Amino acid sequence: MRPARPARAVRPTCPARSERPPSHGGGTVLRFVARRLAQLVPILLGLSLLLFFWVRSLPGGPAAALLGERATPEKVAQINRLYGMDRPLWEQYLDFLGRALRLDLGVSRMTERPVTEELLSRFPATVELAIVAIVFAVGIGVPLGYLAARRHLTWVDNLAVAGSLVGVAIPVFFLGFLLKYLFAVRLGWLPPDGRQSPRLFVDHPTGFYVLDGLLRGDPASSWDALRHLVLPGIALGTIPLAIITRITRASVLDVLHKDYVRTAEAKGLTRTLVSRRHVLRNALLPVLTVTGLQVGLLLSGAVLTETVFAFPGVGSFLVDAIAARDYAVIQGFILVIAVIVVTVNLLVDAGYGLIDPRVRLR
Amino acid sequence: MSPVDPGPPAQQAPPPGAERAGTQRAGASLGRDAWRRLCRDPVAVVGAVLVLVFVAVALLAPVLAPYGPTDTPGKDVVTPTNVPGPSSEYWLGLDNLGRDELSRILHGARQSLVVGVVSLLFGALTGSAIGLVAGSFGGWVDNLVMRLMDVMLAVPGLLFAIGLAALLGHSLTSVMIAVGTVNVPVFARLLRGSMLTQRSADYAMAITSLGVRRRALIWHHVLPNSLSPVIVQGTLTLATAIIDAAGLAFLGLSGTDPAVPEWGRMLAETQRFLSSAPHLAIFPGLAIVLAALGFTLLGESLREALDPTYRR
Repeated sequence: MRPARPARAVRPTCPARSERPPSHGGGTVLRFVARRLAQLVPILLGLSLLLFFWVRSLPGGPAAALLGERATPEKVAQINRLYGMDRPLWEQYLDFLGRALRLDLGVSRMTERPVTEELLSRFPATVELAIVAIVFAVGIGVPLGYLAARRHLTWVDNLAVAGSLVGVAIPVFFLGFLLKYLFAVRLGWLPPDGRQSPRLFVDHPTGFYVLDGLLRGDPASSWDALRHLVLPGIALGTIPLAIITRITRASVLDVLHKDYVRTAEAKGLTRTLVSRRHVLRNALLPVLTVTGLQVGLLLSGAVLTETVFAFPGVGSFLVDAIAARDYAVIQGFILVIAVIVVTVNLLVDAGYGLIDPRVRLR
Repeated sequence: MSPVDPGPPAQQAPPPGAERAGTQRAGASLGRDAWRRLCRDPVAVVGAVLVLVFVAVALLAPVLAPYGPTDTPGKDVVTPTNVPGPSSEYWLGLDNLGRDELSRILHGARQSLVVGVVSLLFGALTGSAIGLVAGSFGGWVDNLVMRLMDVMLAVPGLLFAIGLAALLGHSLTSVMIAVGTVNVPVFARLLRGSMLTQRSADYAMAITSLGVRRRALIWHHVLPNSLSPVIVQGTLTLATAIIDAAGLAFLGLSGTDPAVPEWGRMLAETQRFLSSAPHLAIFPGLAIVLAALGFTLLGESLREALDPTYRR
């Protein structure tokens, strides 16, 4: 006779309401995002203070920086009065903060146009470049990292590891030179610089040249813009590619050793199914975070890449501003990039929380 | 802009007996163990050779270089349309002013080494001091200091360095301070994190329960045990410092003294000769890559040797 099975021993008991983990509903997600947003406020305030004092530490003060070689004590005093720089520091800081919130970043000494306007007109170029670079880095890095982990300790793996070590040691500007010399100067396959061939100068409603061509129904113009993006995109995307390859490889290797993968394989699931459902789904979470962290690297790397390829984005504008000591532009550029970087990090963090419920519960 | 740590992969727990034996051995000769692992690693050997060659070249540049950095032995040969490349007389060719490219690259190693080491020391010492204060005191001091570090980390490293170098004026000292400052929050966070882990370890609790004072615990136990990630980061930072300094020089933020050849500036100055004299860009660029690669390989191997749970 079969002994009676105690039902309570195998059925897990339902915990009391107070003992249950928080629900995964919309409220939790909102609270999670709100908590992350609140953490952003002190960082942005600190950043504004840093930049405020940066301008005030310039040799001779901001007035002398604004006047450049024309600075005389009288003119400096006049500018200080005009811009309220003779007022108490805290008053000046509040004024600076108010203007920054209204996106008023001052006037460029080089072009005598508002800095915000200058940055906005050049931003689409840099965004297009960054998109190409990240597509290149993720498009090659994730499959390569996955393949290296699956073929652990084979020549594919060794090549991926060696490539990623060399990739982080090559300066962006040198790689840019090499690509330009080989593919543009020697082979003539791709254009060496600029955003578009001179013969194609047409109006650009959005500023994104590839998109503009498609909107106008002119695919040749889009293709031309895309060809101009290939070399700088590869140069800019190589360091992120090296990092993403390494992270994907390490993450996949980690997941491949997990008990649940062994269980999935043991119960007879096909390799493709285990890879898709169990390995990639879990292994790509850290890759998402690291890809988000590359935004800062891409935007600062764009400064060097755009210089090598004479690419008219915000980066090359910053280099001109450095040469002309146009501090309003340098300040505005750093502020905008920092805000973008912390916002993207926040979005990645929130995205991670949405995808992986374990993060929300911490 | 240092490569991100992919984190340790899963490992299986050793049997209890082996663990005890391993702990005793590691406790007795952790350094020797790490050294043995380092010597057996071909990546470490390649890295060490590259670093040694770089340091030797930097130190012996005046002896090794056939010409001085400002000598123009080929000024009669060079014309605006003819900048000769490598030959038996000038191994790496001449530059647009008739200077020997090899001699300038050898002398440039001195600048790269000085910039790398000084900026590393500045960043590592300041950052570690901040991390030590935050990690030792904890509480509101830790909170305040680390939020300040978060603000610094919000600005991408190269941009932060550009802003600072622009503020301090165009000189080699500005570049060193700028590159060093970028690394301050990195080292601060690293040492603080490492100290917090060590402070919550069982041995720290045991020492505290024996009545040892906090200062002695931190100086004699927690700090020495927290230093290995800092040493690893230091080696990797030398690579990024050399690349970042070259980047700032490329943007024209370093000094302009022709007697002080810098690899980054040499690359920037030869942009217009790309089609006629590519050697002017290729050789200084390769020099930067080899120096940075040496420290990267050595740093990665060091990380693995000091932390057996980490695998490339």
